[in-house]
Amino acid sequence: MADTTNKSKVPTRDPIQDTPQRRAILKKLNARPTVRGSVIALGLLMAFVLLAPYFAPQNPYDLMALNIMDGRLPPGAESMDGGRYWLGTDSQGRDMLSAILYGLRISLLVGLGAVFLSTVIGTLAGLLAAYKGGWVDTVVMRLVDFILGFPTILVALVLLAVLGRGVDKVVIALVVVQWAHYARIMRGRALQERRKEYVEAAQNLGFPSWRIMAFHLMPNCLSPVLVFATIQIATAIVLEATLSFLGVGVPITEPSLGLLIASGFQYLLSGDYWISMFPGIALLLLILSINIIGDRLRAGLDPR
Amino acid sequence: MALFILRRLLQSLFVLLAVSVVVFFAVYAVGDPIELLVSPEVGQAEREALIARLGLDLPIWQQYGHFLWNALQGDLGNSFVHSMPAIDLIMQRMPATFELVVVAIFLTCILGIPLGMIAGLYRDAPLGRGIMAGSVLGFSLPNFWQGMVFIMLFAVWLGWLPASGRGPTVEVLGVPFSIFTAEGWRHVIMPAINLAVANIALVLRLTATGVVEARNQEYVKFARAKGIKPGRIVRRHILRNILIPVVTVIGMEFGSLIAYSTITETVFSWPGMGKLLIDSVYQLDRPVVVAYVMLVTLIFVVINLIVDILYAVLDPRVQLTQTAH
Repeated sequence: MADTTNKSKVPTRDPIQDTPQRRAILKKLNARPTVRGSVIALGLLMAFVLLAPYFAPQNPYDLMALNIMDGRLPPGAESMDGGRYWLGTDSQGRDMLSAILYGLRISLLVGLGAVFLSTVIGTLAGLLAAYKGGWVDTVVMRLVDFILGFPTILVALVLLAVLGRGVDKVVIALVVVQWAHYARIMRGRALQERRKEYVEAAQNLGFPSWRIMAFHLMPNCLSPVLVFATIQIATAIVLEATLSFLGVGVPITEPSLGLLIASGFQYLLSGDYWISMFPGIALLLLILSINIIGDRLRAGLDPR
Repeated sequence: MALFILRRLLQSLFVLLAVSVVVFFAVYAVGDPIELLVSPEVGQAEREALIARLGLDLPIWQQYGHFLWNALQGDLGNSFVHSMPAIDLIMQRMPATFELVVVAIFLTCILGIPLGMIAGLYRDAPLGRGIMAGSVLGFSLPNFWQGMVFIMLFAVWLGWLPASGRGPTVEVLGVPFSIFTAEGWRHVIMPAINLAVANIALVLRLTATGVVEARNQEYVKFARAKGIKPGRIVRRHILRNILIPVVTVIGMEFGSLIAYSTITETVFSWPGMGKLLIDSVYQLDRPVVVAYVMLVTLIFVVINLIVDILYAVLDPRVQLTQTAH
């Protein structure tokens, strides 16, 4: 995993500086039409998500706005009060387009929140394990092995069976299963870095270890962690959707895309495809664009 | 060697013990199954009798002690809902899950490896690129939604395959299997593909990377220089060398497929142990949840143990570094 940070052997270089490698990566990213498409798709989705309250024809959480008479209408159908449901309605007469826009918000919130927290926790744990070594290393890495030894879905499922439903609980479950990946990557990277001269120099200057870890070691280990985190956003979103589909994820009052898909499942067999298909397409678009960007990012940073 | 195996064995036992503690305390610390099991009209005396019968009145560490002692004798408690041993309940459902997983692994082998080889050999051609792009789709498709799309396409719209359930079973050596009937295959094929897709993508990418790496190795260049036909180089030289890691991964994936079958089984109402787990989580049937987790952990630990021992047997370097600690 030799990447841009190898340059930082020269201690004066500003890590945020515009390096030739960085430009090469951006160029590579830009070259593929699929990647450009993904960036545009992701940008559009993000814009929809941010502007959902202004954009959505209906507030799907406002039960007063729903008309049960409009239940299970096909896409393009006219509503009782003359509006149009472009993507149809669910069994309670909720406009699917609005539900999807709001559902995207929940899905993204959970995904980003879980990835942010697990990156912070995992990075710190990995850094500590690598720098301190000894029993700290043993304890952290045994815990990491233990968690990664089991399939993610199983750990999260059992955890949520215990914790109950809720957006915050899903985030907790996702963090518990995902922080270990970051810890492992961070530790591997930090073990390579800590042998280098600049760390030794900082130690000889008598800096406290927290300062060396935070300001010297960490900036030089972060790039593989961040690339991994990009892809993990997609993983976290899928995992949340899956858990919600299984009925242990977010509560019915705050439907994410996964829960919307689940709620349409029972109507699928009678041919009402739009209730689960459109949220599914939104979910797929979101995940696919994140994965393609992440995949290219990794390919760009990986010299092989 | 013996020391290495002994050490790994002890490690495995420790993992099992740790899981039992974590799961038991986590699962038994939540909710009150009595609320679910007893109707509100039932008298106080009857209520207490039931609590005592289920052992729920004891302190939790004592409950754990009982649990562990019984678990060592192969008894993981009785299901609250079905009032039969939890382990029997799971064992009843196990053949269905096992069947699903085996068919999924079979599909992974016959689709993942050839597609990966094509993608690796024609890396820069549209075909290879197309396959690699398709594999990203395979990763990205949320498993449960992909299953629903299958149902919609092949069951609702085209009407080719049944939407859910398992076909008629035939007893083979006392175990009911549905893959020996045509109707059974019609039922199993959709869930099996659903379960296999992510795995096919994984194996495909692994194979493709392996082929790309192996293609530039000296032994392949040498074989080419000797004038061996390209087909033979691929089969005898490249395939053989990349197959070891691929087969290892397929083997390791066996355990995760059992875990991931919970999703597939829920989508397709497949009567396996994954569906049982989800149902038990809803019904707060704690002994079944605990028994399921313990059983899957056991399967995992055994698979890992076998893989590690096989590696130590096959590769002397592994053993040396392990025992040198």
